[in-house]
Amino acid sequence: MAKQLTIFVENRAGRLKTITDNLRKSNIDIRAFTIQDRGDYGLLKLIVDKPDDAYLALANLGCACALKDILAISVPDQPGNFHRLTSALAEHNVNVIDAYGFVLQPHKTGVCCMEIDQPQLMKAQEIVAEAGFTVLQDEELYSL
Amino acid sequence: MDIPFWNREIETLDRASLEKVQLERLRQMVSWALKTPFYGRKLASAGIGSPEDVKSLRDLERIPFTVKDDLRRGFPRGLLAVEMSEVVRIHSSSGTTGIPTVIYFARDDLDRWTDLLARSITATGASSRDILQNMMTYGLFTGGLGLHYGAERVGMTVIPIGGGNTKRQIQTMKDFQTTVLHVTPSYLLHIHSQFENEGVRPGDLAVKRAFIGAEPHSENTRRKIEDLLGIQAFNSYGLSELNGPGVAFECVHRKDMHVWEDAYLIEIIDPKTGQNVEDGQEGEVVLTNLVRRAMPILRYRTRDLAFVHPEPCECGRTHRRLSRILGRTDDMLIINGVNVFPSQIEERIMKVPEVATNYLIHVDKKGALDRLTVKVEIYPKLFLGEAARLEALRARIREELRSSIVISPNVELHEPGSLPVSEGKAKRVVDERPKD
Repeated sequence: MAKQLTIFVENRAGRLKTITDNLRKSNIDIRAFTIQDRGDYGLLKLIVDKPDDAYLALANLGCACALKDILAISVPDQPGNFHRLTSALAEHNVNVIDAYGFVLQPHKTGVCCMEIDQPQLMKAQEIVAEAGFTVLQDEELYSL
Repeated sequence: MDIPFWNREIETLDRASLEKVQLERLRQMVSWALKTPFYGRKLASAGIGSPEDVKSLRDLERIPFTVKDDLRRGFPRGLLAVEMSEVVRIHSSSGTTGIPTVIYFARDDLDRWTDLLARSITATGASSRDILQNMMTYGLFTGGLGLHYGAERVGMTVIPIGGGNTKRQIQTMKDFQTTVLHVTPSYLLHIHSQFENEGVRPGDLAVKRAFIGAEPHSENTRRKIEDLLGIQAFNSYGLSELNGPGVAFECVHRKDMHVWEDAYLIEIIDPKTGQNVEDGQEGEVVLTNLVRRAMPILRYRTRDLAFVHPEPCECGRTHRRLSRILGRTDDMLIINGVNVFPSQIEERIMKVPEVATNYLIHVDKKGALDRLTVKVEIYPKLFLGEAARLEALRARIREELRSSIVISPNVELHEPGSLPVSEGKAKRVVDERPKD
């Protein structure tokens, strides 16, 4: 399963730079990122090519960070596809905690990353596959 | 000016007669104190085994000081001089270590305390014609109930509204045409700032006086209150260990607070040497209760810094006056009238596993009110990458602190290693409140 790196970052100037600087030094390639704002702090969520290396690099620095399993779903970039996906999950009462998406050119491959409650994660993976979507395994995602 | 008195005879007693009363009562106090295990030992070490060993007021200096820790170590009954069946009320302040400071009152103690407050209230010119809105917290805190009983004895109409709920406070002032307020200065300024929101003009209100206390404030703050509200503000001093409010109060002249010297012996000491200093010199206030039977307290070090005015007051009262409180000898913070020790905060947050070892206590003002922010670093190994858990952690820390220090602080979560690292003695408190 794909791994997402979540990093606790104080909401003040220069904090992101410290993190990106360390990822750069460790030769980590960032595939996608998003920041969740919580007022005085934020959560930086990253998809990177070498999640374990990235985690170690930041943990050694003393950062509060966590690696967690997420669903990375390949969603072809066409009208209605995201709706098909959310409908399938809703039908089975699966709650999505957080999600973000990105589109890779030139093949117009859409990737949707979803955080799902741990107990529902395996079930969600099956539902998504049944609905006709491809769940990307970690290597697939990192080598896109 | 017509000067009102509650008990003219005692309030204007000449010095020699006042000292005679004091000596008599000090001996009485010693006889009560000797009944407690705590003072039994303490007085014996000073060579005082009976009231007769106190020959003059100067003998007071032989008695060792009592400090807050003594009260905590004596918890719960080490300083109690009567049977519990004689105790009619208990008050308490929150302790720095979780052990509260408990104060016991017998019926006659309450009666004497109430009388001191009736005296204090009358000295400001307030009377039975007044309507008092008591905004101090009721309950274990002495500020609410203490003044309440004194006001009833004066015959005032008392509205026991307690603290908080600004909307309701303003509406109550309007509905009942309140003439006197008992309130912390910061809360009164906050209430004033809400007048416009509540559609209140100064002309709608009947307030003439405010008794302000429970937190340090400057003369500028008092003037500001008086100008903004068009009222007179009277300073009040007291602490639960010595009953509560009514230790000292300003009279109509509002030139520092008369210490009711027939009920309290006041000394000002050099906090370093423990030696008495001259009147007019700043030092630590030390108080001896002269009228409490259930729980006698002798030479209590208040940690408050102030000085005594020996000059007679124009009002004719002979009881000396105490300056406003100029500071503290310890690290106690007063946040909107509530006493908070940084150690109380540390105690609580260090029990939370998701919190790392570093923290910072930040105090500033938001509008007229004090704002307390506790900044903690999160412990990286317990970070699971979930915002909901972090918010639950924040709420849990706030609730932990609220149950310990009564007020709900802002809690800020910080990255590990981001708060200033302590070098030598840690600087854990940043107080940015203007000193004006």
